[in-house]
Amino acid sequence: MKIVTCIKQVPDTEAKISLENGKVQWGDSPLVINPFDEYAVEAALQQKDKHGATVVAICIGPDSAREALKHALAMGADEAILISDAALENLDAQGAAQVLAAAIRKIGDADLVIFGRQSIDSGTGLTPAQTARRLGWPLLSLAGSIELNNGRVRVERVIEEGRQIVSAALPAVLSVVQSIGEPRYPSFMGIRRASRATIPTWSLADLGISAPTPLVEQRAMFAPPSREQPCEFIQGETVTEIAEKLVEKILAEKVL
Amino acid sequence: MKTLVYIDHFKGEVQPASWEAIGVARNWGTVQAVILGASGEKLVKQAYEYGADEVFFCDDSSLDDYRADLFASTLGALATAQSPDVILFPTTTRGRELAAILAVDLNSGVLADVTALELEGTLLVATRPIYEGKLFEKVVCRGRPQIATLRPRAFPRPPRDESRNGSAIRIEKQGESAIQVEGYAVSESRVSLTDAGVIVAGGRGVTNNPAMAGADEATIARKGFELIGELASVLGGAVGASRAVVDAGYIPYSHQVGQTGKTVAPDLYIACGISGAIQHISGIRGAKLVVAINKDPEAPIFKVARYGVVGDLFQVVPALTEAFRKRLGK
Ligand SMILES: Cc1cc2nc3c(=O)[nH]c(=O)nc-3n(C[C@H](O)[C@H](O)[C@H](O)COP(=O)(O)OP(=O)(O)OC[C@H]3O[C@@H](n4cnc5c(N)ncnc54)[C@H](O)[C@@H]3O)c2cc1C
Ligand SMILES: Nc1ncnc2c1ncn2[C@@H]1O[C@H](COP(=O)(O)O)[C@@H](O)[C@H]1O
Repeated sequence: MKIVTCIKQVPDTEAKISLENGKVQWGDSPLVINPFDEYAVEAALQQKDKHGATVVAICIGPDSAREALKHALAMGADEAILISDAALENLDAQGAAQVLAAAIRKIGDADLVIFGRQSIDSGTGLTPAQTARRLGWPLLSLAGSIELNNGRVRVERVIEEGRQIVSAALPAVLSVVQSIGEPRYPSFMGIRRASRATIPTWSLADLGISAPTPLVEQRAMFAPPSREQPCEFIQGETVTEIAEKLVEKILAEKVL
Repeated sequence: MKTLVYIDHFKGEVQPASWEAIGVARNWGTVQAVILGASGEKLVKQAYEYGADEVFFCDDSSLDDYRADLFASTLGALATAQSPDVILFPTTTRGRELAAILAVDLNSGVLADVTALELEGTLLVATRPIYEGKLFEKVVCRGRPQIATLRPRAFPRPPRDESRNGSAIRIEKQGESAIQVEGYAVSESRVSLTDAGVIVAGGRGVTNNPAMAGADEATIARKGFELIGELASVLGGAVGASRAVVDAGYIPYSHQVGQTGKTVAPDLYIACGISGAIQHISGIRGAKLVVAINKDPEAPIFKVARYGVVGDLFQVVPALTEAFRKRLGK
């Protein structure tokens, strides 16, 4: 069995994000594997542990995105492929899906493709469904648990109303949520293996496709207006007095 | 201008952000709404009441079980027949992926999780959060129809006019599904966090009640969430949680607010015993008023709160419930 996981590299969640001359800056914070995609790698490794599988991590990004792939290798993925091309700089979700679908086809014998729920930089959450549609494979999104059995995959989807249990024949595309289980830490051996691994780079020419035309175009970026008022601490002699004062403050805001 | 709005529902229970999308589209011209699945029949009249001019309805009962591929094909056929300028979805689990698939089928782009919209002629200029709400971007769609998903509660709910009515325009289901639905585990709490006007949320502080010293942590947490639940119920709101208490198993994941949980936008968010880690804050940037109750005056949650109480939630929360009860006459 072969499982492909799609991972993105993003600025760390703790990073202070700002704009300088219209460019996004994250100071000296590191670039990391998208946190949701760590769950995708974890989900793939859980299936590998149970059934045996080759886990391939793929990432579209600049050369520096190798680090995110190394993280997946250190966690236990078997292979990693970087998809990098100067023509891929302004990639929207549709474009990413097109490129990922082409890469998955080139890999050839994938039974399962596992995505994170959403990237934390552009955060559209569109890529898994769009990749599935391009491949023509069933999409089982927002999986909180996964079972493989007799050539079928069965997942519990975490939706607004609770859980929907669905299944489909392989090959299939999944996206996963946090309920899948905490991502494992890279082992010492894993880190050593990852540091020695060769990560091939595929260009658009290798994939046999031309650069996708962006369908969503960015016009501007801006920082949200900063909060005008600092926190007002409510004080009083007794907790009842504090509570009553706070209630008046909240009612005066007319939010209820 | 003509807009097609997808009315998202689960077995007849609507995601109210669908009505918000009708409200937006009404400002632009003709509004067509589409409701899939026999269980959605009772929503047809409501769609007219909220302002739809035409309501398409597919009463095929096989659409009562949501499947992305089948729904998208049915919507795609309708969109091709009607050629709207814009297709709107609420940003719900279903809305987001249907928008995504439809965009592939129609070769257009998706303006995802939009929080504000302007119109330039017939071109939508959408504002949406990026980097977990630390920045915003303005984007436009180069394909046609333009497809957008609207973040719940970012746009006002239009007034409902019960005198409005119309008939359901029947449409056929298109295509087949490769997905088999095996069942559901529907959650007991029916207040949806993303649509809640008020959220009272508990964090690891619910496990720390000096007055219950000696009791095990789960028992203390249960008591803590009971108090939080009472405050939420007096305010007609929902209960949220930090990841710390979700991971510890004290409350289901569906209550988690934050980066790996839900992004919420209530009018009032009361954080109880939550430190205010960046991953939690990223989920509540859309809240209008944040109130924090925390023992530690240095807790980062106070940096985003408008009002704060430094104290023990096991004392402050019940006092607050009582004070609201009195003041609201409940
Ligand atoms: C990739 C990633 C994703 C994450 N996603 C999320 C997410 O979606 N949502 C989320 O919430 N977190 C998320 N986290 C975790 C986050 O970093 C914090 O660990 C978590 O939010 C802490 O939860 P807490 O505030 O309840 O607990 P703590 O940080 O332990 O804070 C407890 C607070 O309670 C106060 N307190 C204690 N006792 C009392 C009392 N009796 N009365 C009043 N106050 C009291 C303390 O002063 C303290 O401030 C994520 C982390 C990572 C790395
Ligand atoms: N550049 C990329 N390389 C590989 N996978 C990606 C990339 N961008 C997005 N993905 C995958 O698609 C998911 C959703 O991303 P997004 O649609 O950007 O929110 C992510 O969690 C990843 O699994």
